[in-house]
Amino acid sequence: MQVTVKLFATLRTNRFKVKVLDYSSGTTILDVARDLDIPKEELALTLVNGISVEVDHEIRDGDTLSLFPPVGGG
Amino acid sequence: MSSILGKVLRVNLSTGAIATEALSAELSKAYIGGRGLAGKMLADEIPAGIDALSEENKLFFVTGPLTGTAAPTGGRYMVVTKSPLNNVIASSNSGGFWGAELKFAGYDVVIVEGKAKEPVYIAIKDDEVEIRPADKLWGKKSNETTDMLLEEFGDPKARVLNIGPAGENLSRIACIINDRWRAAGRSGVGAVMGSKNLKAIVVRGSQKVEAADPDKFKAVVSDAIKKIKENGVTGQGLPAYGTAVLVNIINESGIFPTNNFQEGVFPLAEEISGEALAEKYLKKKDPCFRCPIACGRYCEVDGEGGGGPEYETLWAYGSDCGVSDLKAIIKANNVCNEIGVDTISAGATIAAAMELVQRGYIKPEEVTGPALTWGNAEAIVEWTKKMADTEGLGAKMAMGSARLTEAYGAPELSMAVKKLELPAYDPRGLAGHGLQYATANRGGCHVRGYMVSPEILGVPEKLDRFAIDGKAEWVKIFQDITAAIDSAGICLFTSFAIGAQEYADLLTAATGIAYSAEDVLAAGERCFNVERMFNLAEGYSIADDTLPKRLLEDPMPDGPTKGYVHPLKEMLPKYYEVRGWDAQGIPTEEKKKALGL
Repeated sequence: MQVTVKLFATLRTNRFKVKVLDYSSGTTILDVARDLDIPKEELALTLVNGISVEVDHEIRDGDTLSLFPPVGGG
Repeated sequence: MSSILGKVLRVNLSTGAIATEALSAELSKAYIGGRGLAGKMLADEIPAGIDALSEENKLFFVTGPLTGTAAPTGGRYMVVTKSPLNNVIASSNSGGFWGAELKFAGYDVVIVEGKAKEPVYIAIKDDEVEIRPADKLWGKKSNETTDMLLEEFGDPKARVLNIGPAGENLSRIACIINDRWRAAGRSGVGAVMGSKNLKAIVVRGSQKVEAADPDKFKAVVSDAIKKIKENGVTGQGLPAYGTAVLVNIINESGIFPTNNFQEGVFPLAEEISGEALAEKYLKKKDPCFRCPIACGRYCEVDGEGGGGPEYETLWAYGSDCGVSDLKAIIKANNVCNEIGVDTISAGATIAAAMELVQRGYIKPEEVTGPALTWGNAEAIVEWTKKMADTEGLGAKMAMGSARLTEAYGAPELSMAVKKLELPAYDPRGLAGHGLQYATANRGGCHVRGYMVSPEILGVPEKLDRFAIDGKAEWVKIFQDITAAIDSAGICLFTSFAIGAQEYADLLTAATGIAYSAEDVLAAGERCFNVERMFNLAEGYSIADDTLPKRLLEDPMPDGPTKGYVHPLKEMLPKYYEVRGWDAQGIPTEEKKKALGL
């Protein structure tokens, strides 16, 4: 299945901004992070189609995944 | 010894009287300092119903017990006055170095009263305080004012606080600038300075601010700094990208107000993001006094440098105006700092003007400058410059979006609460944050209880952003702890990493007054209730605890928040109950007694 993966802030370093990637069904966000060599502790905010989900959330075909390290502001 | 100096400087510009007086120890303890202390003093000193731009209004420049100390981010001060934008209590916070310097000069608070006959500035060098003529400075922008004053004062290490032409013209969105581009931004506090013919306050001090228990203070400061450095937000995210890092997060969540809150997703957000800023225009970090976070940015475009832009500014001039030209946003930001207007209100007012044009309220012949059309980069810079004008559409815009849209018979197009323009988060996708907008004492504000933190960032824990249950309790605690932080003289951003106990420990060691975590929260609650009572006395009621009609009635048209409106009506009764207020939003006698009011 095809999933759009968007990376932000420091997660982009040596990786990419946005890519469409192929994953098999049953893949979780944590699996994607592992595939991209992103340590779990660097994942502070994980959105699927703009809605916050936990890292064990299973992604589906056509999802957009947005991954952020710890960030904040005001 | 105590980090509270116990000294108030009172300057009357009508009579020229300059006096010092003792700060009430009782009030210091109950209200901590800063926003809480000055709010209480202002409420006690000015009668309800006065004109905010008359000489009856007073301006409080107030530090907290941690200002000027080694506490992390201990450089904050507050400007507290009656707002000429909306007649509620104004409390605008700023960083930089001016607040700490005021403590070094020996004062916790400066109160400015009356009105000078001619333009003046106040010069403070420890015990030497003078009111000096400022006729040569009148009309000058921030950087030039600062340069001229530093030369005249004869000490390059002095700190300057000033207004620009907008404050002189009594723009209701005028800010007070210190250290060239730090701003006490909101509520039109710059116009109050302008109404008093006060151009600037220069300060230089030679004293140290000592803690009551130096050894203990050193230990709690180092513990707090360690926690700030180890925290992902304050130790990594904010230092690397500044507040601008939020652009993509908020946009991806579908709550990035676009074209004056007509949409919630800006397709070109990447171009105005913190990541783009860091890559293209960031020259260096620009930290405030004693700040281990250093979120401040210094950017350059076309050889011109300046502080910022912050996330809020990138939004107000960016997506809210449909603009994706980062260079133009940086330029508009610099113009705001130079002429002295609040970047949120200024950008949001241009967005409101663009919608007035879109809907045919503003006629083409009135637009005596670049077209006010969505996405016009030239317009955001040029119309900001025109906000320093005294006539024409620019001058109308300098009065803020509420007055502008009302003048065209379309007040519903002002995206403001209590006339204060909303910041960069659409509450249709943030139930708690929207409740906080509706109930913040100065009007539509994000830094009086930043519910974005739990609702989006997952700090201190992740909450369902659409859920209603439990949010009233969260908003109350966030508003109260924020009031306490604003009273302590340090930066709200520390709260990503430390909590009420750490603030209590810092305050206890610094002042010698024993504060528990509960005392800190109670002081914050006291402050919040004093402000509420100030506003009620000005005629505000529960009818004003609201949001723009669009956000309550028009479902978000697109993106991840599609279909939602803000459920305010369902949330307010619970909020009043949690606050210990009656159904009319008035603090009950029982609550007032419990808080010692």
